[in-house]
Amino acid sequence: MSRPPALPGEPAVDDALAAAHGLTRDEFARIRSVLGRMPTYTELGVFSVMWSEHCSYKSSRLHLKMMPAGGARVAQGPGENAGAIDVGDGWLAVFKIESHNHPSFVEPYQGAATGVGGILRDIFTMGARPVASMDSLKFGSFDHPRTRYLLSGVVAGIGGYGNCVGVPTVAGETTFDAAYNSNILVNAFCLGLVRRGELLSARASGVGNPVLYVGSATGRDGIHGASLLASAEFDATSESKRPTVQVGDPFTEKLLIEACLEAATSGAIVAIQDMGAAGLTSSSSEMAARGELGIELDLDRVPLREPGLTPYEILLSESQERMLIVAARGRVGELAAIFAKWDLHAVEIGRITDDRRWRVRAGGKVVADIPVAALTDDAPLYDRPATPPPKPALAPRPAIATAPDARAALRALLGSPNVASKRWIFRQYDSIVQGNTVVGPGSDAGLIRIKGTRRGLALKVDSNPRACAIDPYLGAVATVCEAAINVAAAGARPVGITNCLNYGNPERPEIMWQFVRGVEGIRDAALAFDAPVVSGNVSFYNETEGRAIPPTPTIAMVGLLDDFHQHVGQFFSHPDDLVVIVRSGPPRLAASEYAALFGLQEPALGPLDLARERALADGLVDAAQAGLIRSAHDVSDGGLAVAVAEACFNPEGPLGAELVFAPGIDTACELFGEGRSTVVISASPEGVARLTERFRRAGLEVISAGRVTRAPRLRIGSTIDEDLVELREIYERALPGRIDER
Amino acid sequence: MKWGVVTFPGSLDDRDTLHALREVMGQEAVALWHKDESLGGAKCVVLPGGFSYGDYLRCGAIARFSPIMRSIAQFAGDGGLVMGICNGFQILCEAHLLPGALTRNRSLSFICERVTLRVENSHTPFTRAARQGELLRLPIKHGEGLYVAPEDELRQMEERGQVLLRYVGADGALDEAANPNGSTRAIAGVANQRFNVFGLMPHPEHATEPLLGGTDGLRIFQSIIESAA
Amino acid sequence: MRVKVFVTPRQGILDPQGRAVEHALKSLGFDGVNGVHVGRYIVLDLQAASADEARAAARRMCDELLANPLIEDYRFEVESG
Repeated sequence: MSRPPALPGEPAVDDALAAAHGLTRDEFARIRSVLGRMPTYTELGVFSVMWSEHCSYKSSRLHLKMMPAGGARVAQGPGENAGAIDVGDGWLAVFKIESHNHPSFVEPYQGAATGVGGILRDIFTMGARPVASMDSLKFGSFDHPRTRYLLSGVVAGIGGYGNCVGVPTVAGETTFDAAYNSNILVNAFCLGLVRRGELLSARASGVGNPVLYVGSATGRDGIHGASLLASAEFDATSESKRPTVQVGDPFTEKLLIEACLEAATSGAIVAIQDMGAAGLTSSSSEMAARGELGIELDLDRVPLREPGLTPYEILLSESQERMLIVAARGRVGELAAIFAKWDLHAVEIGRITDDRRWRVRAGGKVVADIPVAALTDDAPLYDRPATPPPKPALAPRPAIATAPDARAALRALLGSPNVASKRWIFRQYDSIVQGNTVVGPGSDAGLIRIKGTRRGLALKVDSNPRACAIDPYLGAVATVCEAAINVAAAGARPVGITNCLNYGNPERPEIMWQFVRGVEGIRDAALAFDAPVVSGNVSFYNETEGRAIPPTPTIAMVGLLDDFHQHVGQFFSHPDDLVVIVRSGPPRLAASEYAALFGLQEPALGPLDLARERALADGLVDAAQAGLIRSAHDVSDGGLAVAVAEACFNPEGPLGAELVFAPGIDTACELFGEGRSTVVISASPEGVARLTERFRRAGLEVISAGRVTRAPRLRIGSTIDEDLVELREIYERALPGRIDER
Repeated sequence: MKWGVVTFPGSLDDRDTLHALREVMGQEAVALWHKDESLGGAKCVVLPGGFSYGDYLRCGAIARFSPIMRSIAQFAGDGGLVMGICNGFQILCEAHLLPGALTRNRSLSFICERVTLRVENSHTPFTRAARQGELLRLPIKHGEGLYVAPEDELRQMEERGQVLLRYVGADGALDEAANPNGSTRAIAGVANQRFNVFGLMPHPEHATEPLLGGTDGLRIFQSIIESAA
Repeated sequence: MRVKVFVTPRQGILDPQGRAVEHALKSLGFDGVNGVHVGRYIVLDLQAASADEARAAARRMCDELLANPLIEDYRFEVESG
């Protein structure tokens, strides 16, 4: 196949240009070998995005294969745009989590907004109506000069896009940690529902079938977003990357959702994929690759926002709110009419071929002609060296000198940005649109009901970078456990996971080691909970000037409730209920918020017993079904004392608690330690008796701690005696107080 | 009775309103497309919440020119019942079917939370199922809910009882802190002089099922059902 | 013909955006800022035989859609060529 001629104004393709495109010398040589000639400028651009880390997963895909992705409930595992789990009554839950870290650091509003837009498209491209969102956000330390600007921008962007598009945000997590000062994380999750049998696919089929471009016109947005931003670290020139950030239009996305779902019912869609990273290029090549077919595109037919875009620009553009459809022959008009009703472009721009080549024409001439497999399945696959760092010489450093007494510690923790109420954030999100929200943000897990059934889905997103920094394997295991216990505490059985794996530069062996250990940890824990990992995302190169973020595998867990009326809330609700603490093991101060606040250093996490963690989850679900639990709250940041205080902050009016501790126990560790899954449960005396018996039989530790009181006072042992209204003030005012309310 | 719920490009709570009417209240409700001219025989037309036309230019500024709005203006002129919820309220103001305008929340942020409303006038088709002074817990979710109108117009509206709902504290008293968006005189919902057109920022359709936000919203729908009977 | 339309909050109407920007400028150290109003800038590319025709069209557009007279004022400039 002879080389398509160069177009006027294009630079010469040589080593320097290839390097500027982020391709290694080996990769450039491989391209020339695959093509049997020098690539054109356009082809070089195409390879640079398709072979970028963000699109090809070249450093990660070898290891991701070890994740458990099968199971009776799995309707769609990894390989399509999102995963799907059968949740009963003829419904499939389609979900995925994705990162938009680098763009959000460069332009926080649009970076976060387009992150939401992108994950929504991954869901409705499967034919599922998006019904719930979550976000996991990591910012630098609260006092870092850029943090408030990034926080405001990201939250406004998520709200601005999500609210306008009409998908409720029902849960999330936000962390402030100096480790993210120069590399924030924005991981966006979305879940949608589709009827069994109506799941759409992104696998092209039918030689000669027309290819339809729908949605917004193409502009110069985000060119090289994938290769430039997501596949490289930041350095001093990062500010100049501003123009490449994409701008989103949630109104158009809303129209696109309605049009696509309406088009899905026509049966005229053979395959459909959203144009995300690397836009038209990735969607067309990936759909063809999955179907083991070829595809031909005519760029003259692509709707443009401004004149004069070159083929290179059209193919690499990351303009938002666009989809690519393989339509059934003869039914283009039908589909076009649906999109026209919603005032969206719908143009036939190509067709499916049988020659397994990706061929693009512009101005009547071929500008790119590449084997489909070279862009997708045969993209580079690296088994990068993974070696642990030399053991740090860290002796445990007790915080005796700086640690305050328990009462002061509790107040400090409740007022610390990581622990305090995030209401300032989530009240900017519509959490009730679509009328399915049973439990919104501010609880252990969000909960939505499935209309027309009695079923509910519990949703939680969790991460634990502190634990992962100490031990990337155990930290990942702990993260999965925490997410599982959170949904179980609501009464829901963990049924599926999607993960966003955020790490530094994989070309460094110690980072690669963190990644592999993290994947192993997720695998082991996912197996223990019978919760397959049906989808996910990897974000590498989260580092600046050689300083990487701590390993941050973010886990989003989906739990299933057979009857949402049986869900369990996290707040104490009845005075004189008894309080018990159930846990899979004793707490530790390692990786805790207490340790971070008071300068304690613990070098080891201690083992996690997965069998006990699973037993705890099962026990919570069974007990909820039997109606034995009045409230259940998972212990996380801040430890037990914080969890009990939070359980008292019932929005209908605070209640109190009186807990008695056996003498001689290490107070700080018992009160503020984290680590092993621990749940604070309230129940009637009869309920407690039966609960205790069940949990003990399952090998779990059950501590009969005390009771709920009407008077809003928190008494724990002899060390804590606090006015809960005052504590709640500290908890609620912490974030708004620091953000200068107008 | 028959209801009509309009869908504009970008409407969001249209489906939620239809669900509340049909599934929860067993009412007959038709979905009306913004390009239609017929109101499908509805006795009450609802303009739902959402972001019609993305809220571009001004909330409701573009939607108010939709073909269906001509029919709705005529219908209202003939005494038909019209209720605008949130974005629907904004559209009715832009279309001059209600006095005043909704502007950006004082805090400049979108706010989603449950608030307490006091029924200021229970002698209207939209509030008759409630008691005078009754407190209702309803959710709000908006970025532009600050109601404004010329001072003398406001005075006249108050005198005539056109202010139907006001934001109050949990105890029912007026309270600056309980006014979520800085709305003038804590106004949350108003009616026209004829009392057949009603606009409110809170969402009654999101308070009709016990485990999903409470059931105080039913008061308003029940009032309309009683009126049409 | 190019018409530049400036839509600003009406005098006397609460302008929380203007106030927020004023506050931010002051905290950045800009003294002597005595007021800020935030509005909208709309550029229209019109086909018109004369500047007067463009002006008349723009006025009608402002009255009907581009500005809400209850809460906004407007003015515009016509650029020939």
